[in-house]
Amino acid sequence: MIANYGYKDGSGEYYISIDTDKCLQCPVEQACTRACPKNMFEIITDDYDDQVAAIKQAHRRTLAYDCTACKPAGGYASLPCASACTAGAIKHSW
Amino acid sequence: MTTSAFATTAATAGEKKEYWRWEESAWVDETMNWRDAKFITAGIDVGSVSSQAVVVCDGKLFGYSSMRTGSNSPDSARNAIKAVIEKCGMTLDNIHFVVGTGYGRVNVPFAHKAITEIACHARGANFMGGSAIRTILDMGGQDCKAIHCDEKGKVTNFLMNDKCAAGTGRGMEVIADLMQIPIAELGPRSFDVDEEPAAVSSVCVVFAKSEALGLLKAGWSKNKVVAAYCQAMAERVVALLERIGVEKEFFITGGIAKNPGVVRRIERILKLEAVKTKYDSQIAGALGAALFGYTLVQKQGVPAKAAAS
Ligand code: SF4
Ligand code: SF4
Repeated sequence: MIANYGYKDGSGEYYISIDTDKCLQCPVEQACTRACPKNMFEIITDDYDDQVAAIKQAHRRTLAYDCTACKPAGGYASLPCASACTAGAIKHSW
Repeated sequence: MTTSAFATTAATAGEKKEYWRWEESAWVDETMNWRDAKFITAGIDVGSVSSQAVVVCDGKLFGYSSMRTGSNSPDSARNAIKAVIEKCGMTLDNIHFVVGTGYGRVNVPFAHKAITEIACHARGANFMGGSAIRTILDMGGQDCKAIHCDEKGKVTNFLMNDKCAAGTGRGMEVIADLMQIPIAELGPRSFDVDEEPAAVSSVCVVFAKSEALGLLKAGWSKNKVVAAYCQAMAERVVALLERIGVEKEFFITGGIAKNPGVVRRIERILKLEAVKTKYDSQIAGALGAALFGYTLVQKQGVPAKAAAS
């Protein structure tokens, strides 16, 4: 399943997508939960009883602000969350 | 079999007319005998604006209710299930498995499990619209969801927008009150215009209010303002849908599925017709929950308390 967390507002689209099928055989022991400096990831049991990564509820409406430290205006080469997930399950829309 | 929950309540003399108010409803299939069922399961969808209860007998829809959500989730859940079971002499003890869903899903006191509304809407849409449904747009009371599912109604992709009430049932209620048009008439009246207006620039309920009043002052008819608001809502939810894409067949659930003013405009923008159903679109979440309950009770058996009763 592709789970899209985030929102669209007047300033743009801010979504983090997680391909939760990849979490079923996570190759890095759920490293996303340790890599994010804002501690935004958690492991949940989804509706189909699978253990998958998700963005915590408290961050879902504030992604643009929460991720600013990892996304300086001058640009960035990689993000801690996406780099830690070698399965390539995490994508950012902005 | 479907009753429209979007009927208006006649205002009694001296009372302020509540244009937003829709009629609560309950229905049971009197051709079925629930006592013949091996498994009776229920789904309770406690949303921010309305709460639904659905009872399913051996996987077949038996009854449902759609009620306004009260001040707390447990009472809203009890009120919704009571409206169904009181119609047919059933008691809560006769129900083998209950699944809670929606915003208040963890506060359904008699539920055996809570499942998110995303999974439940997909399952419900699969039942109501058929196994060819691949894209679901749920326009709920206070949020909007775009969902993809497979032929079994299992979610493959989802996106939810709960940041503001725009494009939701609550937003429509605000416009009904502002325009003093009963909510059930908003859709039809939005087509009663000489020329289709452009969308209002904001669907945010706060800004839309002042914009709508400004347009009325500038000489627009109420119908034209409603048309512009319906168009804005349609454009907004289509933008949400575009993020995950629209795959055929397409289905709309939630209260706004009953508002042709928004639905037909969505279809126009997408150049795709939504699959129509004989069921009440508002029960999709609770129906999906009841169907999950049916799958679970077949797999796991009847939970201890229900088995003993
Ligand atoms: S997101 Fe990546 S790192 Fe996190 S659990 Fe899923 S596969 Fe593992
Ligand atoms: S970009 Fe940084 S703050 Fe945002 S989710 Fe990834 S690791 Fe966390």
